[in-house]
Amino acid sequence: MNATKLIQANQLLLKRQHKTVLHDVSLSIHQGEIITIIGPNGCGKSTLIRVLLGLEKLDAGSVERKPNLRIGYMPQKLSLDERMPLSVWSFLKLTRNVRSKDIRYWLERLNIEVLTSHSVHTLSGGEWQRVLLAKALLMKPDLLVLDEPVQGVDIQGQLELYSLIPQLRDELGCAILMVSHDLHLVMAATDEVICLNGHICCSGTPDKVSIDPAYLKLFGKEEVTAPLVTYTHHHDHEHDHQCGEQHD
Amino acid sequence: MINPWWITPLLAGLLLALIAGPLGSFVVWRRMAFFGDTLAHGALLGITLGVLTDINLTLALIIGSVCLALVLLPLEKYARLSADTLLGIVSHSTLAIGLVTLSLAQGIRVDLMGYLFGDLLAVELIDVIWIAVAGFIMLGIVIWQWRPLLAITVSAELALIEGYPVQRLKLLLLLMLALVVALSMKVVGILLVSALLIIPPAAARGLSQTPKQMALLASAIGMLSVALGMLASFKWDTPAGPSIVVAATGIFVLLVVLQPLLKRK
Repeated sequence: MNATKLIQANQLLLKRQHKTVLHDVSLSIHQGEIITIIGPNGCGKSTLIRVLLGLEKLDAGSVERKPNLRIGYMPQKLSLDERMPLSVWSFLKLTRNVRSKDIRYWLERLNIEVLTSHSVHTLSGGEWQRVLLAKALLMKPDLLVLDEPVQGVDIQGQLELYSLIPQLRDELGCAILMVSHDLHLVMAATDEVICLNGHICCSGTPDKVSIDPAYLKLFGKEEVTAPLVTYTHHHDHEHDHQCGEQHD
Repeated sequence: MINPWWITPLLAGLLLALIAGPLGSFVVWRRMAFFGDTLAHGALLGITLGVLTDINLTLALIIGSVCLALVLLPLEKYARLSADTLLGIVSHSTLAIGLVTLSLAQGIRVDLMGYLFGDLLAVELIDVIWIAVAGFIMLGIVIWQWRPLLAITVSAELALIEGYPVQRLKLLLLLMLALVVALSMKVVGILLVSALLIIPPAAARGLSQTPKQMALLASAIGMLSVALGMLASFKWDTPAGPSIVVAATGIFVLLVVLQPLLKRK
């Protein structure tokens, strides 16, 4: 691929209180790529993301970012202090160099324009995730980073969000880096999967990773087969209504 | 007829309450209440410094609390995580060291009670000029940097990724806080400075829909408290600083009680 390299991470090593969280992690992200990091809980997924974003200090290794790289980051969690009265609009307005026109566009694009004047403290989990996504998109990112984007979102919302991701890549021409704990939900939406457990166990296309021994060892057989149903469902979910009609 | 002797202290109090509104709101939002206390207690060291080196006490006070703010800057995040033992040690030990060294400075009489509880009636024109100049500069900065300051308060990490100069903004906020604490000292005193910063925004919270509203309302409530407190102080000969805080608390309680009734309409 000849696309511009946005981030190059070399031999990352990060320890926390004598415990090695990440070691021997090297990866690169190019423009237009969709990369998903998967791994069990506590495998260092979020830490890796934070390292790439420059929020964590490394013990060894390096992260090189393209100069002036614009990053839109949707954190796994962001709890706001209730003592600050804040509407969705004013929250989004705090994005650096943002234009009201763009806020209106993304609110509409993500189907949350009804929330514009709602208080951020009263939103549901799924609504809040969309607002956070809108904030990340408002950065006009070269790289969009989504940390467990579907946490607290119902299955319908998850499918919607994952079908949105390739569209966003095409629309913005950006690269997308996601964290997920479920390979099969993201399979159709991602180009490359990195399976992480402190180090990179295996990586490649989703089809390849899903049959990789390292992946199977990490997630176990039964975990793999169960979500496969979801994955199949995802492929034909748009035809659900027609299916119903045919059966009639 | 305007009676000039009460005009000066009233002006000082009103100006302070005006700037304390937005800054106090940040103290509330950023959970820096205890931090404000530490700054105030430490400011007594500034007074000691001023007495010992015979420089202008207001200036010494400002230098003292600004220095302390710089020393404490790295501690702020711990304070927010409420791992506050360390801050408690710093806070009360600086207060104690200040009191001890002041008493050791022989031959120099300092109105200690005035600094601990405020001595609004001793405010002079020069103090008002200090407060006015510093206050309006700070107000200008707060208005000019409103969005960035809010952004780092909502989420320092998102602000950092978006390219805001987070450390510089934090420092700016802390320096302004140190300055307003130093200037408030004559009005409400070291022990009650935090109250002037925290109670008005807390009272304003329930009535506000946006951060801006909360900050403005906090200023208004603070100014009303100053006026009521001073009035009470003249009428019943109570100490002005504590009277102002009592007035603010009264407004706070009243608003908390009335809030459900106001919302029902």
